[in-house]
Amino acid sequence: MSDATVPVPGKKTNRINLDASSYRGSKTTLCAGCGHNAITERIIDAFFEMGVDPKQVIKLSGIGCSSKSPAYFLNPSHGFNSVHGRMPSVATGAVLANKNMLAIGVSGDGDTGAIGIGQFVHLMRRNLPLIYIIEDNGCYGLTKGQFSPTADLGSKAKNGVVNDLAPIDTCALAIELGASFVARSFSGDKKQLLSVLKAANSHRGTSMIDVISPCVTFNDHEGSTKSYSYVKDHDEPLGEISFVPFFEEINVEYEAGSTTSVKLHDGSSLFLRKVAAEYNPSDRTAAISLLHETARRGEFATGILYIEPDKDDFIDLLNLVDQPLAFLPQEKVRPPQAVLDEIMESLR
Amino acid sequence: MSATLPSTEAVLAGQGAPVVNDFSIQIATVNGSGSQTANLVLLRSIFQMGVPVSGKNLFPSNIAGLPTWYTIRANHRGYVSRKKEIDFLVAMNVETARDDVMSLDPGRAVVYDEPLKLNALRSDLICYPVPFDKIVAEVCPDAKLRRLVKNIIYDGVLSHLLSIELGEMEKALGKQMGKKPKAMALNMGALEGGRKWAADNLPKLDPYRVARMNKTTGQVLVEGNAAAAMGCLFAGVTVVAWYPITPSSSLPETLIGYMRKYRMDKETGKATFAIVQAEDEIAAIGMVLGASWAGARAMTSTSGPGISLMSEFAGLAYYAEVPAVVFDIQRVGPSTGLPTRTAQADLLSTALHSHGDTRHVLLLPASMEECYTMSMDAFDLAERLQTVVFVMSDLDLGMNTWMAEPFPYPTKPFDRGKVLDAAKVRELGASWGRYKDVDGDGIAWRSLPGTGAPAYFTRGSGHNEMAQYTERPDYYVKNLDRLARKFDTAKTLVPAPVLEADTKQPTGIIAFGSSHWAVQESRDQLREEIGLDTDYLRVRAYPFTPAVEDFIRRHQRVFVVEQNRDGQMLSLLRMDLDPALSTRLTSVLHYNGLPIDARSITAAILEAGSLDPATRRG
Repeated sequence: MSDATVPVPGKKTNRINLDASSYRGSKTTLCAGCGHNAITERIIDAFFEMGVDPKQVIKLSGIGCSSKSPAYFLNPSHGFNSVHGRMPSVATGAVLANKNMLAIGVSGDGDTGAIGIGQFVHLMRRNLPLIYIIEDNGCYGLTKGQFSPTADLGSKAKNGVVNDLAPIDTCALAIELGASFVARSFSGDKKQLLSVLKAANSHRGTSMIDVISPCVTFNDHEGSTKSYSYVKDHDEPLGEISFVPFFEEINVEYEAGSTTSVKLHDGSSLFLRKVAAEYNPSDRTAAISLLHETARRGEFATGILYIEPDKDDFIDLLNLVDQPLAFLPQEKVRPPQAVLDEIMESLR
Repeated sequence: MSATLPSTEAVLAGQGAPVVNDFSIQIATVNGSGSQTANLVLLRSIFQMGVPVSGKNLFPSNIAGLPTWYTIRANHRGYVSRKKEIDFLVAMNVETARDDVMSLDPGRAVVYDEPLKLNALRSDLICYPVPFDKIVAEVCPDAKLRRLVKNIIYDGVLSHLLSIELGEMEKALGKQMGKKPKAMALNMGALEGGRKWAADNLPKLDPYRVARMNKTTGQVLVEGNAAAAMGCLFAGVTVVAWYPITPSSSLPETLIGYMRKYRMDKETGKATFAIVQAEDEIAAIGMVLGASWAGARAMTSTSGPGISLMSEFAGLAYYAEVPAVVFDIQRVGPSTGLPTRTAQADLLSTALHSHGDTRHVLLLPASMEECYTMSMDAFDLAERLQTVVFVMSDLDLGMNTWMAEPFPYPTKPFDRGKVLDAAKVRELGASWGRYKDVDGDGIAWRSLPGTGAPAYFTRGSGHNEMAQYTERPDYYVKNLDRLARKFDTAKTLVPAPVLEADTKQPTGIIAFGSSHWAVQESRDQLREEIGLDTDYLRVRAYPFTPAVEDFIRRHQRVFVVEQNRDGQMLSLLRMDLDPALSTRLTSVLHYNGLPIDARSITAAILEAGSLDPATRRG
């Protein structure tokens, strides 16, 4: 099987006739070799290859190294670098205002797991249509390497301090809370991350993607469980992911029984080949036990952990009119004089 | 019966003429006992008789069991602020009955549950013992329902004692009961039962009575939170995010009712709005900012503790220039303070809310109509100025019942502010910068996602005119100076102060918000009792317009009346105005959690003494 959407060499534009430059952003100011930059590259690739109109995308983030990255991709899109841990609420408001936009939120492990855990929890619960990426390096980069809540028990900081608290597994939490697309990936696994991002693009609802992304400056040493080499050695892909976008013909051969096929919201298809017998991405309980099992072995299960493609999202729940709320004209949102008269009469 | 006590007769001898349409009634009950219906029926029936009224609920932070007091003031001159003295007490709460009775002035009247034997406490009051349990047993055979109708009996008793027409009470009861004929019949029985028992057993001994007038014709009775909700409805709000908190909750909850009724799209049956009960106030304002940034008219409503939580986002909105409408229904202090009592004590902290150099636009409604119109103003100003606008209401305005003329239908179209459309994009071309002041008013043009207009990256203070990241000192200064210029522009757009009285006298009063009504009454007291004429400027917004400084300049001494301990309005005035003027200002402060009353203002002004600078304080 091959990823059907890898661009044909020499092909300069995508299906909406944009070239890759329309998906790039400003020059990164993160450290050379930072995993976050690799994620940025994959986001650019995924949006380019999917032929997403960047004018129909909004980029949102909290505060931290991760949250700077929306400035480094999709320059033609509006972006909002907001408040530490509060990207979910800003994203919620923006999506409510204009449900037609494709929203991508970038957060970090501190931004999500510590200061922002409350908003994270409630966003997952609402299943807001949003691609929620955690660029997860287990530490606070901008403030020089303190542990974050996703740091593993026993992991060693650069200054020698050993982490003595068990981590929060953001994926298990997201599955538990109601997110309808939950994945974990590794910034060093280009192919898997690209497939996951493209599938997230085709999903309607919250796509929560925890991407382990080593911090080359503060958390890439011996003793760290988030170093590049440690993650590479302990990455346990759940199986090959084949994503076929809605605008391409399905040309994938797979063995019945060993592969799960999923039809995504926009008509794209996902083929997930199993490695482990217990892997069932449509079973919430199985997905959570898989995460517990692999964590117990000191491994990172990566891939699409859980997917529920037909779940109602928050916009469905609110029964919004078709036109974005932001653009409703005055005559649609200011009731006539008769309404005021009726209310006044009720108060007499 | 107490009426036979010689001491009461002595009291009565001194009463003289009847007191018509000028008294206060206080009803002391237990929270959760269903007294609200009885109290509103009483209020509404007096209102329906054409007599100006106001109703103030003094309630505890509790669901059921703690004492609660409801005060109704009837006044033929139209005074609606709290009257300091209670003239007529209805003592239904055994826990507070003693204190309630002991706090009355001599000669006042009290209706009470007979077993309380309150007549034993004082001999200088007019006592009306009423056997409520006996009456309720007669009018309500079902013992389980008696608790619910017991309170209506005092309405019947007062109907007799105060000459409130039973027909008006019935009409008011119908308004409260709506389409519930069974409940209506039961309550009417109790109302009549109470009236009949009183007519047969209680000779009229007190001087207070209601007589029909025509001073409420065409008016409505409404709470400020409902008025504000109406404002939001007609302002075309599309995104509402909120978190429950007293005394704010009834604003979004009333709004939800209106939106579901009046804002469903006729063709599709779908909602032209999104309302989210957020996980906390931080998320509520975050949602408002996200929605406003994307072009929606968005709002939240809260009270002091919620405002505190919103601090960081308020600062970001100031610097990133994102519109937002935030209602602060002010109350006293922290959640375990007096959360159900009123105050104007968030003024200073909200004007300067958040970190860094920030200033925020505050609107200061004083009436039901202003709760309505300023809600609409708030959305226009927030979008025009691209910043947070706080509507500073309070518990007294928001949750109490006030009279108002019917609200005018808005004639002014929405002001959606400087948003790039296709024509503007062509005009500005590549020279467009998100934070570039092309019009000289400090307000730059913004673009909205999804419109095809050029995008920008939104962040806090570290940006140049083109919204690119920079930490250059000169760019930062330039940006901050432009924000100050924008705040100057706000002075030309916010509601101007109202010169309520201009008699060319040397003494002036400045007040705002719910204090207004007590100030007007106090000004009458000062004129009628000591011949002191005062001028009065009612401030309606921050930043101050030049008229505020002019007013102070024209007066030798200016009393600044407000409901907080530290003279927060006076501090803001000192901060922003010519320092030479600040010695003219004297604070009149009220901060006991009760709505301000005229008598306290009058007393404070008299105590502050003459215009002699030597006696100035503040």
